[in-house]
Amino acid sequence: MKYRAEVMISLKKGMLNPEASTIQRALALLDYQVDETATIEIIKFSLKAKSTDEAREQVDQMCQRLLCNPVIHNYQININSGDE
Amino acid sequence: MKVGIIRFPGSNCDRDVFQALRLAGGEPDYVWWNQRDLTDFEAIVIPGGFSYGDYLRAGAIAAITPVIDGIKDAVKEDKPVLGICNGAQILAEVGLVPGVFTLNQNAQFICQWEEMEVKTTRTPFTSFYKRGAVIRMPIAHAEGRYYNPEMDNLKDQDQIVLSFVGKNPNGSMEAITGVCDLEGKVCAVMPHPERASESILGSDDGLKFFKGLINY
Repeated sequence: MKYRAEVMISLKKGMLNPEASTIQRALALLDYQVDETATIEIIKFSLKAKSTDEAREQVDQMCQRLLCNPVIHNYQININSGDE
Repeated sequence: MKVGIIRFPGSNCDRDVFQALRLAGGEPDYVWWNQRDLTDFEAIVIPGGFSYGDYLRAGAIAAITPVIDGIKDAVKEDKPVLGICNGAQILAEVGLVPGVFTLNQNAQFICQWEEMEVKTTRTPFTSFYKRGAVIRMPIAHAEGRYYNPEMDNLKDQDQIVLSFVGKNPNGSMEAITGVCDLEGKVCAVMPHPERASESILGSDDGLKFFKGLINY
């Protein structure tokens, strides 16, 4: 089966996010007062697996081995069947 | 002493490190990222640059290349390993030193001379300095802010190698800009000792990093 995977990578709670604070300051330059700005990186790909669970397990391994740094990141994995 | 200088696509301080190692009396040679066997070398230096375009995170992709397995073997054999700038980011990504070097607090690429204190002399690279010595070396990085949620361990185990003096340009925890592993043989520093290895460059404070290694 072909699955579509989406990995959403965010900084752990309390971690400084210089990209987000720069964006927030830039929005303030345009007179938009916003708070709690955050950035999330999304990596998308398709993969073959026997089941959704197997696909999720593979993607979880990818996150731990390459896509994320467990010291600073949280991640969320979404798996959809590829026929949509 | 034969020293391997690791080259990744995007490494750009390899030749500067070569020159500094020569000045210190070493026999450097270049090693490409796909070489698994590093047994010919007595020490390893991972130079600075922008390996794999800093994609994902600085050092993340270099950290999974075959040469890293060779470096892990070298570490098991107690051979000294130095990571400079991008090399430091790679060693942190691999987990050979604790913590991470991540995006600077001000989100800028910082390229300037800084003063830093030598916090430990137990590594081969800092053995020629006095503990507490203040030295001048350049930094050049966008992802150099040191972060480690286990700061107490780092201090208790004497794993802080360098920290900025007087200011904290990138927002690092406790102004730390160099750390080592438990044994003190693997050393990761954000400043560039090779760019401060001859007085004509503005300082030769960094040459002792290489002299200490060669005489180890």
